[in-house]
Amino acid sequence: MDYVEILQSVGILSGIGGTLALLMSVAKNTVGNYGECNITVNDDKVLEVQGGETLLSTLIDNGIFIPSACGGKGTCGYCTAQVFEGGGEFLATEAPHITPKERENHVRLTCQVKVKRDMKIGIPEEYLSLRQYFTKVESIVDVTDKIKHLTLQLAPEDAMEFKAGQYVQILAPEYENSDEEIYRAYSICSSPDVKDKLELFIGYIPEGIATTYVHFHLKEGDDLEIIGPFGHFFYQDTDKEMVMAAIGTGLAPIMSILRYMRNHKIHRKARVFFSARHKADLYMMEELLEIQKEIPEIEYYFSLTRPEESDNWDGLRGRVTDTIPQFIEDASNMEAYLCGNNAMIDAVIATLKEKGMPEESIFYDKFE
Amino acid sequence: MSPLVIFFASIFTNNMILANFLGMCSFLAISSQIRTSVNLGQAVTFVLAVTSAANWLVYHYILVPAGLEVYRFIVFIIVIAAIVQLSEMIIERYFDSLYYALGIFLPLITVNCAILGVALFMIIREYGFLQSIAFGVGSGIGWMMAIAMLAGIRVRIEKAPVPEGLKGAGIAVIATGLMALAFIGFSGIINIS
Repeated sequence: MDYVEILQSVGILSGIGGTLALLMSVAKNTVGNYGECNITVNDDKVLEVQGGETLLSTLIDNGIFIPSACGGKGTCGYCTAQVFEGGGEFLATEAPHITPKERENHVRLTCQVKVKRDMKIGIPEEYLSLRQYFTKVESIVDVTDKIKHLTLQLAPEDAMEFKAGQYVQILAPEYENSDEEIYRAYSICSSPDVKDKLELFIGYIPEGIATTYVHFHLKEGDDLEIIGPFGHFFYQDTDKEMVMAAIGTGLAPIMSILRYMRNHKIHRKARVFFSARHKADLYMMEELLEIQKEIPEIEYYFSLTRPEESDNWDGLRGRVTDTIPQFIEDASNMEAYLCGNNAMIDAVIATLKEKGMPEESIFYDKFE
Repeated sequence: MSPLVIFFASIFTNNMILANFLGMCSFLAISSQIRTSVNLGQAVTFVLAVTSAANWLVYHYILVPAGLEVYRFIVFIIVIAAIVQLSEMIIERYFDSLYYALGIFLPLITVNCAILGVALFMIIREYGFLQSIAFGVGSGIGWMMAIAMLAGIRVRIEKAPVPEGLKGAGIAVIATGLMALAFIGFSGIINIS
């Protein structure tokens, strides 16, 4: 075979491939070009976007952060939003992640829905201020044998605006005990005034994927991705006397509120009930007492449920539900901030209602 | 041979799955529900109709004149891949309901052996243009029929006491074999191979 033939065959084959490729790119720019579409978010904000991409990536490009752990592959099921108009039919790839009830409620998986025409969507208000932050772990300190105090450094241009009491989700990447990325929520314990750093208390739960990651794998200097801020539990600007109750890592949002009060010199009467098993489980004591020096209106009621001999504890005993009724007679004009597990919150709400506190004055954050 | 004969022969006597055992991977993987298997079958039929025509044209007007028939495997695969992508774009844009019915199946079909099988058979059997299209559409319908039947059988087998080791693909292959035996009954009527 001479060279001409070889070159000819290479040329023809490349020609076929090239023509098809050209055809595809022409198609992409004509058939696949959906032009400008308007996405109406919550009947309020209108986004002018270029169609053709998935709803998830279009929203992220336009600064609306929808949580997604799998990066749009349709496997994690986090990136849900309501699509009222223009979303097309419900897809088989969405079915595993959306319950029939959610489906009736127009919930769709945004990574599967494509933007092809004008759309009307609904996303929780809190998502509108949500963002992704790439932080560096500045320090990890043990505050008790089960709770670590994490300090995260945010990039200087990345200040996070949040309210005292809100939480963030941290992304635990794949590691030896976990073969998928997962997001887990932790309350912020630093004050919103500190813009470049974020502090969290992370308790250890045996077999917990994110807690195990933080306790045994995360090191100082590591990168940690977080999203936030989330949550309807935050400091309310009223004059009412405050009742705060916390157990375990539930101290985090309370700490944030107290630090916020100190920084803004808010001299509001506040009673803080904090209970733990042993004396060693009462953490952040020094800082709590320092805050009290600056804001003397704050009163602390620390209690232990099972003090040991060596604790030399002559303070209060029992749970927060035991100590609250001892010091509060009429709660009808007070405001409560509660943070702990389900059982504790339910019990404290019942106690406070008995003391006359109206339900709308009780704010809480249940840690699961 | 009349295109009509080829059309019916490729459905019943020369069925892609039951006579040639081509396109088995998706046949076994997507045959647990009748609805989805019919959707996949529609997509296969559509792609077969378009690619058999396109590949016939490419083969007879480009490859044969240039003496490059040996490259037909590569060329057919590229043409199939490109056409599947193109038709996905067109369907997505203009035929909403069809796009949602076919869903993720359309891009998956690029790698269905039955598609390449049809392209190669039509060359080996020296079909003309219309014959090739009839063969493509017929093979697609035959494939859809076979996968829908298997899905129907598998839905019932779900409730049957199948031996542990045969559950899933094992019993499906046996069921396919029995179906193929039944279809041998048609083979005397017409034969196109």
